[in-house]
Amino acid sequence: MIIEPVDCVVKAPVSLQIGDSIRPGVYVIDINFPNGQAVKIQEIQFKNYYTAFLTVRVLKMEDPGHDSTVKWVTALRDLQLMPNPHSEAGSQDYFAVHKHQMLVEMNDVSTIRLILRQPSAAWLNFTIDEIKIYKCLKEESEIDVPNWLSNLTPVEESSDLQGLPDPENVSSSIQQMWALTEIMQSNRTTVSIGRFDVKGCYEINLLSYS
Amino acid sequence: VMDEGAGLSLAIAQVVRRLKATRLHSQLEREAKVSVPPRRAAAPHRAAPRRSSLTRSPCWERKLQNAVYRELHVLPPPGHPAASPEHAKEPLAYMREAQAGWERRILKSLNSMSTELGVPLARKRPAPEQKELSNKWNEMGTDEPGHLYLQGGRVHPVLCSSQVLISLRNPNHDRSEEVGAQSQWGLIQVPLNVQDVAQMREAFADLALNIGQLGIDDHTHVPAGMELSDFLFHQHFYTLTTQDSAAAQQYSRQGCPTGLRAELWALILNSTNEPEDILNYDQLKAGVIQYDLLVDNLIYKDVKLTASNDDYYFVFEDFLYQVLLCFSRDTTVLEHFSYNSATPPKSYIQGKAGEEDYVVVYPPNGVIPFHGFSMYVAPLCFLYNEPCKLYSVFKEMYIRYFFRLHSISSSPSGIVSLCLQFERLLQTHLPQLFYHLREIGAQPLRIAFKWMVRAFSGYLSTDQLLLLWDRILGYDSLEIVAVLAAAVFAFRAENLMEVTSLSSAEAVLADLSTLKVMPLLQIFLFATVI
Repeated sequence: MIIEPVDCVVKAPVSLQIGDSIRPGVYVIDINFPNGQAVKIQEIQFKNYYTAFLTVRVLKMEDPGHDSTVKWVTALRDLQLMPNPHSEAGSQDYFAVHKHQMLVEMNDVSTIRLILRQPSAAWLNFTIDEIKIYKCLKEESEIDVPNWLSNLTPVEESSDLQGLPDPENVSSSIQQMWALTEIMQSNRTTVSIGRFDVKGCYEINLLSYS
Repeated sequence: VMDEGAGLSLAIAQVVRRLKATRLHSQLEREAKVSVPPRRAAAPHRAAPRRSSLTRSPCWERKLQNAVYRELHVLPPPGHPAASPEHAKEPLAYMREAQAGWERRILKSLNSMSTELGVPLARKRPAPEQKELSNKWNEMGTDEPGHLYLQGGRVHPVLCSSQVLISLRNPNHDRSEEVGAQSQWGLIQVPLNVQDVAQMREAFADLALNIGQLGIDDHTHVPAGMELSDFLFHQHFYTLTTQDSAAAQQYSRQGCPTGLRAELWALILNSTNEPEDILNYDQLKAGVIQYDLLVDNLIYKDVKLTASNDDYYFVFEDFLYQVLLCFSRDTTVLEHFSYNSATPPKSYIQGKAGEEDYVVVYPPNGVIPFHGFSMYVAPLCFLYNEPCKLYSVFKEMYIRYFFRLHSISSSPSGIVSLCLQFERLLQTHLPQLFYHLREIGAQPLRIAFKWMVRAFSGYLSTDQLLLLWDRILGYDSLEIVAVLAAAVFAFRAENLMEVTSLSSAEAVLADLSTLKVMPLLQIFLFATVI
């Protein structure tokens, strides 16, 4: 099951700096949802590029009944993306911030503001890329048993089923067959048989550069 | 920062998927079928509880535990779902590019070697040649590969040079000002995380002065009333009877007793020697006999230049050929490229260039042997006298550790980190020595690089080398190699302070065969005030 990320507009990073310092240590990235819609957020995914700390603030509708009350709240404070801001670990890793990690309920969010901080002067630039926002799904869908199978519950015995096998037996044996095929499918492995030739041939002249 | 439960279940799924492809899985299944009456065996939901009672039998449970333990060690934890396979190999883009550039150079040199010599990269041997090779399988080293193989003279070994690592740069790293003054001292200019002395002391706590080490304290008495070597012998012997891979690994941090080392290493690496392994080895051998590869000549050349000239290892020449030639045909080695920053070279079957169905990896295991490669196998020849057993232990050592010594990556056990670790340790412990050597143009890394690339194989005496490798296995990391390199400099510091050129510094450090590894490591890590 593939869940598509929500459409959103990621604005260009804005730097915060005082005076004429050479490089900013803070960037702010705003994310809007099209048509001013408010979203219930499940997860924010991104790829880091030399950001050491991430703070997330969200613009939430406080009381959905009255449309006027919107308020900025901090959903995540200084999540450390790089264990040591001066060295590489975490610098280009993928991250996902799940709603459980947030300080507030991520309902009715209309804007997300990502505040990126990098205290180390070792890096020329920092940002985060490949930002993807995922919505909460309505419900956990159940996919265990196909519908037709769960409908095979024994019906009350009726007279015109004379001579046919017991439906309970049929249903249980079908269930068994189904379970067996499931097992066979999940057992499919990728074991190689160790051959390196193609159709009995491994004569090679040059290596390809691509 | 993935949801922890999700991360765990991903890891479990990964291990289960991999175990299903193993022999152990089919063995367990076969065993289950025997112990479950046939009618019930048809119903999988009934077989399941049976299977758990099966794993409760100590032997199978242990085997399963060891197999899971192996998977957890070999595989990196499953990456973020959004990350590409490329990212799983190496997260830093500039490292990947450097590795790719390095590979291109190797490909070019192999291609031009093939063109210059007029020899294809791979060809099928004619039947008489196959027969001849098969007859002299056990004495491949005795006669110079006459008409069978090329004259070694024209084959240039592929060198693994420190130059590539020295020129590594992070394009996003500011070098304009004195940001990391310390890093400007050494040759490695990438800002990787390496552990400082305090962190090292914690990580290698079991090497502390108060813990008995084989290689120093062999004859000191332990509370049990016997000598340490005897005590550890008993302890290890017990581990072997219980076949507990994790315990064996833990104990090997104190060193393995000589008589049990072979079995202990095999247990740590979960390299079981079963009939199937022998079949497998025979299949690889058939691959060698059937096809002649240009890389075989690199292997010959390498063995002749290194192991055959070594006082300890020359006797193993034939073993080395057998193991290395079989290794080059082993397609199961390809699996390790999912977590190695290197990518196996590709080619097309002759006359089928560009056709997707005819893409092959060259050599079949994807690893082009470089100069000194045979030294990874040579010390193991002291432990295993069956080629098949030797082979499986070497392969496991390679896909766990040795590949990191010649691919450019940010892994803490990777060669880049080891070089940086070595420089940092030396800078912290002996700043004056580092400064002096740097001033006379003898950058310490220029001398230590060759030791680390071979994990000291061929430099130390064998007993000492094996004590070092005990710790590599015990700590599941190559970092100890960098510590030893720095410790060697510290040990010879007085002499080094007097030298005035690179060549005289090299002369001071030319012979390491008299060094005792364990005292050097212990003193360097725990008995030096910084």
